[in-house]
Amino acid sequence: MSVVPISYYLVLSAILFGLGAVAVVFKRNIITIFMAIELMLNAVNLAFVAFARAHGGLDGFVFVFFVIVVAAAEAAVGLAIVITITHNRRTLNVERVNLLKF
Amino acid sequence: MSLPFIVFFVCALLAVLGAVLLIVAREPIHSALALVLVMMSLAVLYLLLGAEFIAAVQIIVYAGAIMVLFVFVIMLLNAGVEERTDWSKIAKFVGAPLGLVLLVEIANRFGSSEIGRTVANGNGAANQAVSTRDLSAALFHQYLFPFEATSILILIAILGAVILARKDE
Repeated sequence: MSVVPISYYLVLSAILFGLGAVAVVFKRNIITIFMAIELMLNAVNLAFVAFARAHGGLDGFVFVFFVIVVAAAEAAVGLAIVITITHNRRTLNVERVNLLKF
Repeated sequence: MSLPFIVFFVCALLAVLGAVLLIVAREPIHSALALVLVMMSLAVLYLLLGAEFIAAVQIIVYAGAIMVLFVFVIMLLNAGVEERTDWSKIAKFVGAPLGLVLLVEIANRFGSSEIGRTVANGNGAANQAVSTRDLSAALFHQYLFPFEATSILILIAILGAVILARKDE
């Protein structure tokens, strides 16, 4: 059984979330940015499971299940939006999608 | 160094490696494969935490369904090498250091907090792995309404995706 302290999981979760945030800011490809958002969701899920483990309840696991379900729905709609943007603007570069940019 | 520690550090290393690869890769398909690596190692970590069902769902839904969707869209849009644009001055001198500060700050807070010091299975009640039976009992009794609500959410998402991706006539 697991004897790894919860803090290890939380630090890993924080590192993954930070890397995901960095990727969202620095990447230019709209699909890669979307993947970085999925990475951040995964990091948060890891923190959820670790906390649920520490508290000994079932609620955290159920919540992770719901987060995964919502992430699946979000991926479907988000990728549809990506396809529409690419058809309209002919580019995957977010710098070129600047209709609302000041 | 016991076996759980070794498994944890190998998987943690693979996860961080995958996340870094996602950032440095120029081709979107390489980023997608790196993300699959992250998700697979996270599934092993869920198993290590005793969450069998979540680990299975992680592999089936995340590494399976969602990533296949991503790879499919990458192929559909024929996404090539990412264009490099110069970072703006704000990104270079403020954004990058602040990203680092965020990383260190979150890790530091988590590492030093009260909850961080409790061991995963410190008390006897949390010693068992969470069985899928208990999880399904909670899901279909206590959380039945949210569960049904998510099914409607997915239905709406499917309809929205079809309408959004449809070619305008």
